[in-house]
Amino acid sequence: MASENQWVIASALVASLFLSFGIARTKAGRDFAAILQNSGSWIVLLIPVAGLAIGLALHEEHFALMMLATVLIYALACIGLTIQFGYAGVINFAGIAFFGIGGYTAAVLGGMGLPSLLVLLAGGLVSAAIGCILILPVLRTKGHYAALITIAFVLLFRSFLEVNHTLGGPQGLRVESATIAGQSLFTGIRIGSFEASFYLNYVLLALVLLAIFFLMARFLEKSWIGINLDSMREDPVGAAVFGVNVAYWRIMSFVIGNVLIGIAGATFAMMQTFIAPSNFTFQQSLLMLAIVVLGGIGNLWAVIPAAILVVVVPEKLQAISEYRFLVFAILVVLVLRFRPNGLFPRSMRNFRKEVGQ
Amino acid sequence: MAILLEYLFNGALLGVIYALVAVGFTLFFGVLDVIKFSHGDVLTLGAYSGLAAFVSLELLGLDLPVVSLIFVLVVAMLVTGLAGIAIGQFFVVPMRGSPAFNILLMTLMIGTAIHECIRLFVPGGANPKAFPTLLPRTPIEIGGAYIRLDSLLLLVLGIGVIVVTNWMVRHTKLGLAIRAVAQDGDTAQIMGIPFRRVVLATFALGSMLAGVAGVMNGLYYSEINFNVGVLLGVIGFSSAVVGGLGSIWGAIIGGFSFAALQTVWVLFFPEMSGYRDVFAFTTIIVLMTIWPTGIIAERYSERV
Repeated sequence: MASENQWVIASALVASLFLSFGIARTKAGRDFAAILQNSGSWIVLLIPVAGLAIGLALHEEHFALMMLATVLIYALACIGLTIQFGYAGVINFAGIAFFGIGGYTAAVLGGMGLPSLLVLLAGGLVSAAIGCILILPVLRTKGHYAALITIAFVLLFRSFLEVNHTLGGPQGLRVESATIAGQSLFTGIRIGSFEASFYLNYVLLALVLLAIFFLMARFLEKSWIGINLDSMREDPVGAAVFGVNVAYWRIMSFVIGNVLIGIAGATFAMMQTFIAPSNFTFQQSLLMLAIVVLGGIGNLWAVIPAAILVVVVPEKLQAISEYRFLVFAILVVLVLRFRPNGLFPRSMRNFRKEVGQ
Repeated sequence: MAILLEYLFNGALLGVIYALVAVGFTLFFGVLDVIKFSHGDVLTLGAYSGLAAFVSLELLGLDLPVVSLIFVLVVAMLVTGLAGIAIGQFFVVPMRGSPAFNILLMTLMIGTAIHECIRLFVPGGANPKAFPTLLPRTPIEIGGAYIRLDSLLLLVLGIGVIVVTNWMVRHTKLGLAIRAVAQDGDTAQIMGIPFRRVVLATFALGSMLAGVAGVMNGLYYSEINFNVGVLLGVIGFSSAVVGGLGSIWGAIIGGFSFAALQTVWVLFFPEMSGYRDVFAFTTIIVLMTIWPTGIIAERYSERV
C-alpha cells in the first residue's frame, strides 16, 4: 500500500514536470499565463478560494494541512524575495535569516502576551529593522560583493543563535501559539459535526496573509513603482539618468521584502510552536532561492507551484526525502544552465496595449 | 608571552589554510570574472579523496609515513584538479556572460550536490571521520611555548605551496598566459593564447590548492566532515573579497586577516570564543562597507 502510494506520487511528480513544460511551451499554456498576468485584481481571489477548498477537503489530516500551511508561508516569504531580487535586482542570500528573525521575534514577544496579529506585524518590522543594518553595505556593493554581504550575514546569524543563551542556544525557543479575537489557533474549529485539525486555522491565517501581500506585490509590479524597479534592475545608470532614485528604491524594495519574509517567519514559528537555529541554515536559504528560481525569476504566480514542488514533494516522497538537497541542487543547476530565467519566465509587460486602452 | 606565541602560531596556520582557499577564488575571478562557489566543497572532496587514498594504502599493507603523505596529497590534488576542470568545462565556462547571481547560485548548488553526495554515498558520511596522523606530533619548545611539530610542518607546507603558486603565476609561460587572459580575454585570444585551455588550467590550479587545503585542514584537526567546506568556502571567499578579488597578494593578506580576526577575538574574550565567527563576519561586512571592492581594489573600475 505504502509503496503503491510512493509510485502514485512519483508519477504525479513526473506528470507535473511535463505539464509545466507544456504550460511554458504551448499556446494554451501561454494564454493561461497571460490571463493570470493581465486580469484584474479579482484573479488573486483564486488563491484563497483554491486554498480554502483544499483546506476544507483535508480538514482532518494534520500532516497534509501542515504541509499546505508551510507551502503558503514559504510562498509568502518568496514573494518578499521576488520583490527584492526579481523586481529590484537586490541580491539577498539571507532570506532564511530574516525568516528566522521574524520567528525569534514571535517567540520573544509572544511570550510577553502581546496580541498575535501585533506579534506578526512586529516580526516583519523587526526583521526589516535588523535588515536596515545591511542597507549601507548592500547599497555600496554590487554583484559578487553584495552576495558576500548577505551570505556572511546568514552565517553570522546562525552562529549567533547557536551561542546566544538568552535566545535558547542550540536548543531553541518555545513559541506561543497565536490567539486571534479570543480564539486560540491551537484548538481546532468545531461547528456542529464539523471538526477540523488546528492546522486548518493556520492555513486560513496564511491564506489571508498570502492573498493580501500577493495583491500588494501585484499592485507594486503594475504601478509606476514597478516600472522604476524594472528599469533600475536592467540598467541602474540609465534609470538614474532618467530621474529614478536608484538608492531609494533599492532600500525600499529590500525593506518591503524583509517585512514580508519576517511576517512569514513569525507565522511559521507560531504554527510550529518551536524554533531552533537548525531551522535557519544556509541550505534552507538556498532552498528558498531555489523556489524563486525554479518558478521563474520575477513571476509571482510561479512561486506557488515551485513552493509546492520544493516543500511537499520531498515530504511525501520518502524515497527522495533523504536526497532532497541533492535533487533540488541538481534541478536548480540544470534549470540555471539550460533555462536561465526559470521554468516560467516572467513575461515582459506590453506597454503599448496598456497605453492604447 | 608563551600563550601569545601559541595563539600567533595557530592563527598563522589557520591563515595559511584560508589563504590557500582564497587564492583559488582570486584566480578564478581573475581569468573569468566569476565566483565559483563550489570551491569550498571541492576542498571537502579533496579531504575525502585523501582519506580514501590513505585507506587504500593501508589495505595494501604499505606503511611508510612520508610516502603515504605524498600519495595522499597527490591523490587529493588530482581529484580536485579534475573536479575543477569538469565544473569549469561543463558549467562555468558556458555560463560566462550570465548575471553574477545565476553563476553564484549555480555553483553554490553544485557545491551542495558535491557535499550531499559525500554525505549520502560515502559509508558513514553523515558523521565526522577521523583523519589519519601522517606527521610526527612531537611537541617542540620555542620560548616557553609548546608547538606541535606537525603544525610547524603544515605551516611550512602551506607557505611553500603559496610561494610556488605565486612563482608559477609570475614566472612561467602558463602564468603569463593566465595574467594575459585576466587582463583582457579577447585581446589574449587574438594574440594566440588558447583561452579555454588557459581558463581550465587555472581552474585546475586553483582547485588543487583547495585539495592541499583540505588535506591540511584534516591533518590539523585530525577530523573531517562533509560540511567542512561550506564554512571554509565562505571564509575563503570573504578573504579574497576583502583583499580585493583578482589580486593574489590581496587573497593572502585577506586569509591571514580573517584568521587574525578570529584569533584576536579568542585572545581577548576567551569566555566568549563562540562569537568569534560572528565577530569576524561582522568585521568583514564593515570592511566591505568602507572599501566596497576590497582593500587592494580591482584595477579596472566601472566607467560611467
